Amino acid sequence: MATTTASEKPQRSARAQAFADFCKRFARNKGAVVGLVILLAVVLLALIAPLLYPASPWQMVQRPFLPPMATEGFWFGTDTLGRDIGAGLAYGARISLIVGIVSTVVALTIGVTIGALAGYYGGYLDDALMRFTEFFQTIPNFALAIVLVAIFQPSTTSVIIAIGIVSWPPVARLVRGEFLSLRSREFVQASIVLGQSNGHIITRQILPNTLSPVIVMASLMIAQAILLESSLSFLGLGDPNTMSWGYMIGAARTVIRQAWWMSFFPGVAILLTVLALNLVGEGLNDALNPRLARKGR
Amino acid sequence: MQKLIYIAKRLVKAVFVLLAIVVLNFFLIRAAPGDPAQVMAGEAGAADEIFIAQLREEFGLDEPLHVQLWIYVSDIVTLDMGYSYRQDEPVAKLVFERLPATLLLTGTAFVLSILLGVLLGALAAARVGKWTDSLITVVALVFYATPLFWIALMAILLFSVKLGWLPGFGMFSVGADYTGFAAVLDVLQHLILPAATLGLFFMAIYARLTRASMLEVMDMDFVKTARAKGVAPARITRIHVLRNAILPVITLAGIQAGQLVGGAVLTETVFAWPGIGRLMFDALLQRDYNLLLGVFFVSSAMVILFNLVTDVVYTLVDPRIELK
Repeated sequence: MATTTASEKPQRSARAQAFADFCKRFARNKGAVVGLVILLAVVLLALIAPLLYPASPWQMVQRPFLPPMATEGFWFGTDTLGRDIGAGLAYGARISLIVGIVSTVVALTIGVTIGALAGYYGGYLDDALMRFTEFFQTIPNFALAIVLVAIFQPSTTSVIIAIGIVSWPPVARLVRGEFLSLRSREFVQASIVLGQSNGHIITRQILPNTLSPVIVMASLMIAQAILLESSLSFLGLGDPNTMSWGYMIGAARTVIRQAWWMSFFPGVAILLTVLALNLVGEGLNDALNPRLARKGR
Repeated sequence: MQKLIYIAKRLVKAVFVLLAIVVLNFFLIRAAPGDPAQVMAGEAGAADEIFIAQLREEFGLDEPLHVQLWIYVSDIVTLDMGYSYRQDEPVAKLVFERLPATLLLTGTAFVLSILLGVLLGALAAARVGKWTDSLITVVALVFYATPLFWIALMAILLFSVKLGWLPGFGMFSVGADYTGFAAVLDVLQHLILPAATLGLFFMAIYARLTRASMLEVMDMDFVKTARAKGVAPARITRIHVLRNAILPVITLAGIQAGQLVGGAVLTETVFAWPGIGRLMFDALLQRDYNLLLGVFFVSSAMVILFNLVTDVVYTLVDPRIELK
């Protein structure tokens, strides 16, 4: 009994220590802390949207073209149909975050699988998979996303899948590079000698070691996915049942001369969210790859 | 000679990529929900029966799949991209009419973004840690996070609506039949806002990359040697550091070419610039899939050409690179 607690304790504290180090390095990057605060605020807004605005963001609640700050309770004004822009902002945060996160998961799944197989097995498989990756990297990715969503009909699912399909190639290249260099390391050689299966070596031995660059890349990908989602819904390719920031700007585009606020606030919301994610990504990079971090710059 | 062989090899590869895109297009039309003939004709119900029957005949839609594929590919090879029922014109004609406007816009934005981006990035790296650096870093960070279509709208709001400095709509002044120099000037005036907004986002990327790349090169031994020899700092930055640091920027510029074409869809839509991006938006609104895929094919071809050009430029900037 006494021996188990003795052996467990230092292990736990070592982990806690590592986490404390991670936080310290992350906090050293002031921009990253600001980014994290903004990001948490956006997440909170998305979570409490139904509490702040019990009515649907599609519902007409005031007269149309109500300027911001003019009426109590409608600080952001209303749009061309009298819908509350504040409600749109709150509900839009939900779809932006959901699409950003889920499409990044899709892209990571494709990218990590292809990159891991190519890097681990090498040879013809590597050649073939890398040609495939290069092909997808050559195609103009926004144009491909437009075509995919248009052909498979706009819906949250098709938007997520389209963004996932156009964003995986950089992940595949990154993971392949990591696998190539880790594959020849001693701990992998040892696993091979021990007779462990390829699947086990790929998922249990090598993959965990590629995690930190992948995490950094993922946070930047969520940011790009949010930009892509807003661009698609700006063009009218969003889910027709979901209020999103891009849609709000697209719908207000033609009245920009009369009503600046309708497109101004959603744009600021996108800008802040994407900026926050990029800053957090940089902070994660500093914290997870301390040796590569910019020395005092 | 060696260079010619290299370029020829890259050309062959480009042709294969184009073919793959044609095949992708083919399967996309067939993957769409509904009858391919209906899909190609536009939204169901929009096309009449005779036209649908004609399409079915033309693309051999009653034949087996591989025959259909063969017909489709050989059509594209002869630059026959089908017919746009909605616009009542062949797709190829519509696209090639609009292509010069897009080339002008993306080309200007590309050059602008590279020049400005490298300049700002180099400036930031040379003054690392000073306020110039912080300012450039923040500006790049903000533009990198801003949606393109929103910058475009805000630029119209500020420069066109509020200040009235520049036109925010179209490519020519409506009703003013300028000729010669006046016409060129008119187009240039219309070009400034769209090219600047499209270029700013990419400028941010190139500035960040140039800065990071230069800081990395600055730590290398040959730079220390140059400094120890007493080479003037400006000369070190220009000749020793920048020339080596610019390679990853060129690589990225090639990859980003595709994004530039995608960005053109948004910019052209906002500014009503009569290029293929605007055409793509119109095709989207009308669910004109044949036209949509035609624009997609031509813009992919454009990107491949861009990539080819950057590859050749790469070999000119860095003679060490083996042509293989």
